[in-house]
Amino acid sequence: MFSDFPFLSLVIWVPILGGVWVLLLGEENRARNARFAALVVSLVTFLVSIPLYAGFDGGTAAMQFVEKAPWIPAFRIHYHLGVDGISMPLVLLTTFTTVLVVVAGQETIRHRASQYMASFLILEGLMVGAFSALDAILFYVFWEALLVPMFLIIGIWGGENRVYATIKFFLYTFLGSVLMLVAFLYLYAEAGSFEILDFHAVRLSLPAQIFIFLAFLAAFAVKVPMWPVHTWLPDAHVEAPTGGSVVLAAIMLKLGAYGFFRFSLPIAPDASSELDWLMIALSLIAIVYIGFVALVQPDMKKLIAYSSISHMGFATLGVFIAFTLLETPDGRTSAIMGLEGALVQLVSHGFISGALFLCVGVMYDRLHSRRIADYGGVANTMPVFASFMMLFALANSGLPGTSGFVGEFLVILGSFQANVWIALLAGLTLILGAAYTLWMYKRVVFGEVANEGVAGLSDLNPREVIVLGALAAAVLLIGLWPAPLLEVMGPSVEHLLDHVSRTKQ
Amino acid sequence: MSGVAMPAFAPIAPEIVLAAAACVVLVVEVYGRSTDLTYRLSQASLVLTALVLALNFPEDAIVAFSGTFIADPMAGVLKLATLVIGWFLFFYLHAHLRARSRARGEHFILGLFALLGMMVLVSAANLLTVYLGLELLSLSLYAMVALDRDSPVAAEAAMKYFVLGALASGMLLYGMSMVYGATGTLELAGIGAAAQDGTDLILVLGLVFVVTGIAFKLGAAPFHMWIPDVYEGAETPVTMFVGTAPKLAAFAMAVRLLADGLWGLHGEWQDMLVVLAVLSIGIGNVIAIAQANLKRMLAYSTIAHMGFLFLGIIPGTGEGFAAAMFYVIVYAVMALGAFGMIVVLSREGFEADRIDDFRGLNERSPWQAFLMLVLMLSMAGVPPFVGFWAKWSVLREVVAAGFVWLAVVAVVFSVVGLFYYLRIVKLMYFDEPDDEPPLSVASPLRLVISVNALSVLVVGLFPGALLGWCLAALTGG
Repeated sequence: MFSDFPFLSLVIWVPILGGVWVLLLGEENRARNARFAALVVSLVTFLVSIPLYAGFDGGTAAMQFVEKAPWIPAFRIHYHLGVDGISMPLVLLTTFTTVLVVVAGQETIRHRASQYMASFLILEGLMVGAFSALDAILFYVFWEALLVPMFLIIGIWGGENRVYATIKFFLYTFLGSVLMLVAFLYLYAEAGSFEILDFHAVRLSLPAQIFIFLAFLAAFAVKVPMWPVHTWLPDAHVEAPTGGSVVLAAIMLKLGAYGFFRFSLPIAPDASSELDWLMIALSLIAIVYIGFVALVQPDMKKLIAYSSISHMGFATLGVFIAFTLLETPDGRTSAIMGLEGALVQLVSHGFISGALFLCVGVMYDRLHSRRIADYGGVANTMPVFASFMMLFALANSGLPGTSGFVGEFLVILGSFQANVWIALLAGLTLILGAAYTLWMYKRVVFGEVANEGVAGLSDLNPREVIVLGALAAAVLLIGLWPAPLLEVMGPSVEHLLDHVSRTKQ
Repeated sequence: MSGVAMPAFAPIAPEIVLAAAACVVLVVEVYGRSTDLTYRLSQASLVLTALVLALNFPEDAIVAFSGTFIADPMAGVLKLATLVIGWFLFFYLHAHLRARSRARGEHFILGLFALLGMMVLVSAANLLTVYLGLELLSLSLYAMVALDRDSPVAAEAAMKYFVLGALASGMLLYGMSMVYGATGTLELAGIGAAAQDGTDLILVLGLVFVVTGIAFKLGAAPFHMWIPDVYEGAETPVTMFVGTAPKLAAFAMAVRLLADGLWGLHGEWQDMLVVLAVLSIGIGNVIAIAQANLKRMLAYSTIAHMGFLFLGIIPGTGEGFAAAMFYVIVYAVMALGAFGMIVVLSREGFEADRIDDFRGLNERSPWQAFLMLVLMLSMAGVPPFVGFWAKWSVLREVVAAGFVWLAVVAVVFSVVGLFYYLRIVKLMYFDEPDDEPPLSVASPLRLVISVNALSVLVVGLFPGALLGWCLAALTGG
């Protein structure tokens, strides 16, 4: 019923054109209008994205809300959009998070506010485009173009070392992406089309698949980010403004993991199976080693950034453990569990890390410090804030009842079927995650009031309560009742698993 | 009169119109009082020529004047693009000269003759026509660079340009003479039929010199030494003249000589171009990082871009040439905009050609900063700007021809290239301006630079038409 109406195009172009409109409203005396306009645009975008969920047919793995129009006829490139159970939740995550970012930036951004808001809106449209593109070149255009607003966001509104961080971010991700472009061009030479679904069907020899897999890995591993190409993330996060950190952690990292689901696995299943040991090893290193690194961070944002890397390790582990599971008898159910766990982890981490970065932003707006040592006893002056942050900190450590638990539990459960040792190492995260998150929470929030700055803190204002409240609701909802999310994903994940379990050679 | 057939004039009508118009403009300049009139007449000549060309647009290849001149769709597309770019060149040139109140007509007359040379070169079907067009083009440009006679830097640049350009022409001529010696004909079609033997030493030596000449004219490494000095020394709009439209003509020359003339030696010239491409992309991108002068930086970026252009020629297919043609047109438009931005920011007594002159441009003029952002990212090959499609086209053909490693080398160096383009963006957006007054740009100039830069964005969003056009021109479908 909904499928004929171009909802996806609306969700992509409303924010992009709205962003241009906000930009034209200009700075100076009209910055208020620009901020308000940005809020309206982001809300409208969120509203038009709701039918994507409401009208979604959870019983099929086929692409839905498909739009297809010729774009570059000479090379059979189409403006081809569509979502399945893997991408639809991520689209909604994007539109939801952007609203929060725009709300959060209403008062805190004073410098070039309209450019700030416009960057986020344009970024939103481009990210939705990347999640819903079904043509590889269209995907690539969105995927690369979204680096530009993010580059400006970190570079203009970031902290002291912002220029270094943002150029590092751009160059790292660009290097990965151009190798992916070469892989696309190779696939075009083989398949005669740039359709992603045609790429899925094309037969490839194992060496070719391995090269393609590695090219994709270069692109996606940088975005996820996986150890050892993660070093841009702490720099970018620490220097980005709060909104930038939220979008980076909540959505942009998901693009990398999404890439594994949409490209690496179905296009190069044999190579994925062949190299799963590598991916599992990298994921475990991220989970364990980066978890230890997070423990010693003196800077809150850096700590959450490292925690993101560690949590994203779970997502990649969930994806690639599937290949080990497929080799075991009755492994299929566990493999589905692992893949679904990875997907839930993506959505849940989007909410939790976004919320934690917003919490740090709340404190930073007041005291202009991100150092843990500058705080202490915040609970005395900001009790409401302290309770919100408590929830998110516990969710980050994987407390049952929060969304953080669901994904990690599914992945660990899947891993157990595959290999006890992998599960044991992955399970370490429950200890490590609790250690670094709660220790930070203890040092910042509990104890005596540390200094005059903390003594003078004012509690959350209504705007901040709305933002954190919405995230808290999302975290609890997925934690207590993940069924709707899992049902939406189910058919697509099963279809993906059937596809990857057949050889493509 | 019987026995002497009238040659077909229709294919060459645009050149005739332009040559006649250039002579009229010359007379008007001598007797007229106002440079504005010369400028307007020059622009009108270009429009008229473009109209004549559009009406006579060659659908199929027509060879005229006893096999010396060919009008085919490729020539049509390239000439039309040259004329459009020429219109912008004249506009920037005029804006630049008028701001310095030393508007003179010579620039436009030389410019018209240079454009005529490019059109002849694009349509050359005979080694003599190739040389005729090339020299008409080059001599006009040498004189244009030297016209800024009070500037010692410009004089030095003109001298270097002339000496090295003459050397390149000499090499080309030497190569041509060997090819003639080996095949016994000057016509490219005849050479194509005769030159089939890759073991013929004279032919291969001739090819080496021909490729050297082409590489010199395009500015590909290791024959790029003249580019940075000439780009920096010449006045900005003259640099633009040297760095944009002639690349189209040089590309046509490369395709005519290599694909039409020396197709039998495809294997030989393919290897040479691979070496030239890798060297150009590597040297251009790496050395550009060290530049503090924007014109020098763009000069090294040109070298890198010419390497990418060669990538399209290497496969030797119609699709490959179409991709290279798309690349060269796109490159010319982007370079036009980038140098145009220097014209926009400059004023009497101040040339904004240092990279630092772009510091804090977003504070001074958000719109101009945005346009420069579009141009720089497009040059770097970031979608959705058209520079991405240019790189995408040539890489696609290189990969299809089986040179995956070459594509990987090219994209890795394009990441290096991204760094110095991003540095401009960084200066504009992340740094504060040093005591510069807010920028005021005359409205016609603002309009033209906006059209120029936004075309990079709009064609980037809808590249289908231009891509399809280039493909149809070279593959006939």
